[in-house]
Amino acid sequence: MKTLAELAAIKAKMQEKVAMREGAASTRIVVGMATCGIAAGARPVLNAFVEEINKEGLFDKVTVTQTGCIGICQFEPVVEVYTPDNEKVTYVKMTAEKVKRVVSEHIKGGNIVSEYTIGNAK
Amino acid sequence: MKELSLNILDIAMNSVKAGAKNITISITESGDVLSIAITDDGCGMTKEQTDKLSDPFFTTRSTRKVGLGIPFFKLAAEQTGGKLEIKSISSEDNQNNHGTTVFAFFYKNHIDFTPLGDILSTVITLIQGSPDIDFHFMHITDDRNVCFSTKEIREQLGVIPLNEPEILNWISDYIKEQYE
Repeated sequence: MKTLAELAAIKAKMQEKVAMREGAASTRIVVGMATCGIAAGARPVLNAFVEEINKEGLFDKVTVTQTGCIGICQFEPVVEVYTPDNEKVTYVKMTAEKVKRVVSEHIKGGNIVSEYTIGNAK
Repeated sequence: MKELSLNILDIAMNSVKAGAKNITISITESGDVLSIAITDDGCGMTKEQTDKLSDPFFTTRSTRKVGLGIPFFKLAAEQTGGKLEIKSISSEDNQNNHGTTVFAFFYKNHIDFTPLGDILSTVITLIQGSPDIDFHFMHITDDRNVCFSTKEIREQLGVIPLNEPEILNWISDYIKEQYE
């Protein structure tokens, strides 16, 4: 049974981590969550990123955020990755399965998964 | 949309964009009828905007000329014999009491009924994207009441953001337990 008291323990553990993270240079993963994105399957993509980033222990360096429609609805679900060197990579037609590769190869390894990018979309 | 929970996510995103501090999602199932109400205390809409809302070619956005969120949700309700209603008070008209309610009901036994789907995922996605908004979630059926409010845990957590993965996992398990 989950109780609210458990939150106090989580809080004590988190406080240090959250303070440490402030101001750290970070990578941003932005998932399009407007009507077009949601209809195309953005919800499982977003949740897969949150899960994968946490599982890989990258939560201190990477934030996952949501945005509205960026105007390329035919390519949804669209995910933009902003790295600390100010580069932006746009991944299109994303799925929860593709998320694993993007996290391990691009976010962790620094190599863009070019076959999923907008430049390679048909 | 393949699930009504995706429509709910989409409509609640409008509440987020309207600057709501509180968003309530309540789902009630009684007999053959499923009803969904999404209520917020955001900036609301004028009567003129509310009237035009189910027109797909009406939108306040400038990036595109179509807005399909409400028309999709309306269609999902009407194709089962149900209905969609919107009530809104604009902050221009009433500074102290403004916001929007989107209400829809569905007949579950109709062949064109869209299943509710993964509503827990929708709640978690909303909290993940807007950790500063208070979400109130209720799902009431003939044999069970599921209830969760971010307000009750925010007091416990203080400055810790609600979209920390450990917190999201806790919320997910907490709601899941109520469905068991």
